[in-house]
Amino acid sequence: MTPQLVIFLVLAAIAIAGAVNVILQRHPIHSAISLITVMIALAGLFLTLESEFIAAVQIIVYAGAIMVLFVFVIMLLNAGVEERTNMSRMARYAGVPLAIFLLIELAYQIGAATSSMSPQPPAEGVTRGLSMLLFRDFVFPFELTSILILIAILGALVLAQRGEGVPAKGGQEKIS
Amino acid sequence: MNEAIVRSILLVSLVKVVVLLFLVLTAVAYLVWFERKVAARIQGRWGPYRVGPHGLLQPLADGVKFLLKEDATPAGVDRFLYFAAPLLTMTLAISGIAMIPFGPVSLHIFGVATPLVVANINVGLLAIFAITSIGVYGVALAGWSSNNKYSLLGGLRSSAQMISYELSLTLSVVGILLLAGTFNLSELVTRQDGFTWGRLPQWNLLNPTFPQILGFFCYFVAAIAETNRAPFDLAEAESELVAGYHTEYSSFKFAMFFLGEYASMITVACLASVLFLGGWLSPFPRTPGMDWTLYIPAIVFAISGFALLINAVGYRNMFGRIELAVLGLVLLALSFLCTQPGVIGDVQGPFWFLAKVLFVLFVYVWVRWTLPRFRYDQLMRFGWKVLFPVALLNVVLTSLAVVMRK
Repeated sequence: MTPQLVIFLVLAAIAIAGAVNVILQRHPIHSAISLITVMIALAGLFLTLESEFIAAVQIIVYAGAIMVLFVFVIMLLNAGVEERTNMSRMARYAGVPLAIFLLIELAYQIGAATSSMSPQPPAEGVTRGLSMLLFRDFVFPFELTSILILIAILGALVLAQRGEGVPAKGGQEKIS
Repeated sequence: MNEAIVRSILLVSLVKVVVLLFLVLTAVAYLVWFERKVAARIQGRWGPYRVGPHGLLQPLADGVKFLLKEDATPAGVDRFLYFAAPLLTMTLAISGIAMIPFGPVSLHIFGVATPLVVANINVGLLAIFAITSIGVYGVALAGWSSNNKYSLLGGLRSSAQMISYELSLTLSVVGILLLAGTFNLSELVTRQDGFTWGRLPQWNLLNPTFPQILGFFCYFVAAIAETNRAPFDLAEAESELVAGYHTEYSSFKFAMFFLGEYASMITVACLASVLFLGGWLSPFPRTPGMDWTLYIPAIVFAISGFALLINAVGYRNMFGRIELAVLGLVLLALSFLCTQPGVIGDVQGPFWFLAKVLFVLFVYVWVRWTLPRFRYDQLMRFGWKVLFPVALLNVVLTSLAVVMRK
């Protein structure tokens, strides 16, 4: 076993264990922490593929920004422990078979693909290659996505302020 | 690569990690002493004076006290997170320093030449930001898991504040990345070599293409907010929240938060020095007439050594007299060492780097004891309506300047 393989297996095990733990934990904060573990393990996997830039961005964006907001909201709402329910009828008769089917499909596809794929960082460096793709070749879809997100934010603001009439001057302070 | 080389590289890294860890923890302890002394001077009093001469052994006394106090765990805490939060804060705060390059020279340990940095990675800057961005969990989770309303409020405030100011922090260094075109911290420093008009160093703060003065301002303000220090210490505001997120922590768990705060101060100061103040580069050009500047480290050590010796003669107790005299002699020996031909070149980088770091740390402390705490809405308004637009403006202006130059 090469050291790379050992590192891959350890990180993969952490990622999968974290992902399972997200579902098993009963308190939202613990689920969020497990999700952060998954993100960091994924960043480690990117590192083994020689993509330091993507690994760092993965941590900064997902673990450091998005999940902080999750944790913040959970803390703000002071969400309590979930109640455990036995599986609903829908989950039992439709969910479980579908989940098993998805698992088999994924395993089949991955098993078919691994033999021919190997990591290939771009010759000019990951950061440069990625920026060339994002900001030159795919700049239109990229900007479109940002506008889409902007619209979603505006929509959320409109929904949040509905019913309070016209937001007063200094409405921002109320939110923060 | 054969096994022997790999093993010696691992060994060398291990040695560097241990040495750096020791240095950082010592530096943290004496940074606390430094802060108390500066604060005392600002407020017109003496500061620590009892334990050792001029309170020099105060950090040691504090450490022993932290270890010996009762470690109480309040009822109803979330045990796992309550224990994990201080560990997380301290570990992340300390590990950021691994990416900082201290000088241009290579050390020779066990016959392996190795640069003065533990982890010289390609995306060093991003890695430091990644580590700081995770750091918020220490504070947020400590606040939540303590099962205390003041802790929770402190944790909430802190996470909102850190999300808001992280944007400005990251944006403030984009100008530098545009100018230098690399994430590697050692390369970022070497790109700042050179002098405008033969005098003015081309550090990023005074970059001839576009001086990063706005960037430095944004970086420094956002960094103070990121490390939860006054005037942005809303997370632990004593007058409102008892002690904020660490209200329920005692003994060594509290010490970990304390260490974490000061260690991240040091990281931030090191990063400011690397990014904006030319890192290890000397502020004087290497022209023939300026050779005397090589002796500045020796002169500084000599002056402080003599000052300590003079102080030792008249000190009020025997212990102090001996300790100050020994310290003075050590400094004089250091000063002599710095004039030796083999050493004088190598000592320049670390000396200037540490001088800049010390300066930034002094400003840090100075700000804390000068400005009153922001109100929470002021904090948010300042972060989003002033700092963020200014950082954006800096990015736009710098990109314009870079394009115009080409």
